[in-house]
Amino acid sequence: MSAEAVAVERRGGSRGGLRLFVHQLRGEQLVFWRSREAAFFIFMFPLLLFLLLGSVYSGKIYGVPASRALLAGLIGYGCANTAFAGLAIQLVIRRENAILKRLRATPLPAATYVAALLVSTLIVFVLQTVALFLLGSVLYSTPFPSAWGSLAVVIVIGAAVFAALGVATASLIRSAEGSSAVVNFILLPMAFLSGAFGPTLHYPAFLRAIGDVLPLKYFIDLVNAVYLRNDAVWTKPSDLAVLLAWGVAGLLVAVFRFRWEPRET
Amino acid sequence: MPAISVSGLRKAYGHLEAVRGVDFEIEEGEVFGLLGPNGAGKTTTVEILEGYRDRDGGQVSVLGHDPESPGPEFRQRIGVVLQQSQLWPNLTVRETHAMFAGYYEHPRTVDEVIELVGLAEKRDARVKTLSGGQKRRLDLGVALVGDPDLVFLDEPTTGFDPAARRAAWEMIRSLRSLGKTVLLTTHYLDEAEQLADRVAVLREGRIVRVGTPRELTTSELEVEIRYHRDGEEILVKTTEPTRVLHELTADAVARGEELERLEVRRPTLEDVYLSLTEEDAE
Repeated sequence: MSAEAVAVERRGGSRGGLRLFVHQLRGEQLVFWRSREAAFFIFMFPLLLFLLLGSVYSGKIYGVPASRALLAGLIGYGCANTAFAGLAIQLVIRRENAILKRLRATPLPAATYVAALLVSTLIVFVLQTVALFLLGSVLYSTPFPSAWGSLAVVIVIGAAVFAALGVATASLIRSAEGSSAVVNFILLPMAFLSGAFGPTLHYPAFLRAIGDVLPLKYFIDLVNAVYLRNDAVWTKPSDLAVLLAWGVAGLLVAVFRFRWEPRET
Repeated sequence: MPAISVSGLRKAYGHLEAVRGVDFEIEEGEVFGLLGPNGAGKTTTVEILEGYRDRDGGQVSVLGHDPESPGPEFRQRIGVVLQQSQLWPNLTVRETHAMFAGYYEHPRTVDEVIELVGLAEKRDARVKTLSGGQKRRLDLGVALVGDPDLVFLDEPTTGFDPAARRAAWEMIRSLRSLGKTVLLTTHYLDEAEQLADRVAVLREGRIVRVGTPRELTTSELEVEIRYHRDGEEILVKTTEPTRVLHELTADAVARGEELERLEVRRPTLEDVYLSLTEEDAE
């Protein structure tokens, strides 16, 4: 038997699963970067906001230079924008266009598809975070994170939580036409109220009270802790708990409400 | 063993009984047409066979699998063209085929499939720039790239202009020469007549007739005999055209007359179809 034939023989097992995952992950990356809309609104937008807000704010926020606090807030916005909004809109469009339905008729397992999509989303978010640090370093002399291990953990947890909420939201949206409007209607107020675009201390109390229940506020708190104060991730257990509770809620809705097929016409 | 066998298949959506006891078998290598008006249960039947929907009752075997709980090789062996589906708009024709090829253990060569479905010139074009007919060919291409034994085509030419339909027909005929089993749904009679070895006519969730297109048109439907007499058209409908024609012509000869503009018309598949699917036909 030739080496190639042996390789083909073995594909049924876990190696076949890994091969399919890598194939789908490459495909997802190609699909993402090929779409100018996705590359602009999902990847570039937080970077542009950093440019804009960085030139507006000066002085200190939370006792650190404003650009550093803004960078932390925009990592939060980037997470919600990429893993929540971007993922939700992409999933609704793919479901309503019956791409998901079509893929279900292929040998690609659903779990492999979902895993590849989530890892692809994480890659985009990680690249975006790296780009934010580079941009901040060049323009505003913001330092690179010193507790980078904790920051990596926070980023992965945040991406997972917001991805769960993104899939849950996609499950509740009925049509592709309305998906972008609905998702942005959630994303932008959440970002403002959670302090992604600047401190919320001067906001009216009831707006801050709303912000206090949203997951993004706790994610930004965690980024602030590990980036601005070099704390380790586990020094903020209550933040982690609220964030994970949102993630579990999103996961439950996603598991019970997610559909692969478009709504019947 | 038949490629597909279905008996007593039932499926309801709430109170709507979409499929009410359907039986048929499809042999390997056969092109089988499910013909019927919208809402007759064609897509529901096909989607049960593809594994998208669970049935409420009956027995189904597709390539030896129960599509509700198929073995891992089931999806390696089927190709699906859905009634409506889109693919990634920003990938090229070639990249789209390569994506699908990667899902299968023994795919066909991507370029060979692109050639087969007539998209060679559009190989590097993005999917969103393709015309409706070209997108449908892409759907067929990605359904064939896994080299399936059985291909489901759900209304493959709906919305095509006549030239695009002819081109699609040529492609579907080429599937037969590749030895594929094909299950085709359509509400176009000429399509079923042109492509299918056998046709099942569905109406309100039941099969009202199965046979070759020829068998269906030589059913018990009446033959129409028309002629003119004193400027008036006379129409005789009969199930015994030979005897009726003999009497008519014998009378005319005896009177020394000609049966003007005499015409004998066998029912077309369209007549059979309409008589089977129209409400007032019963």
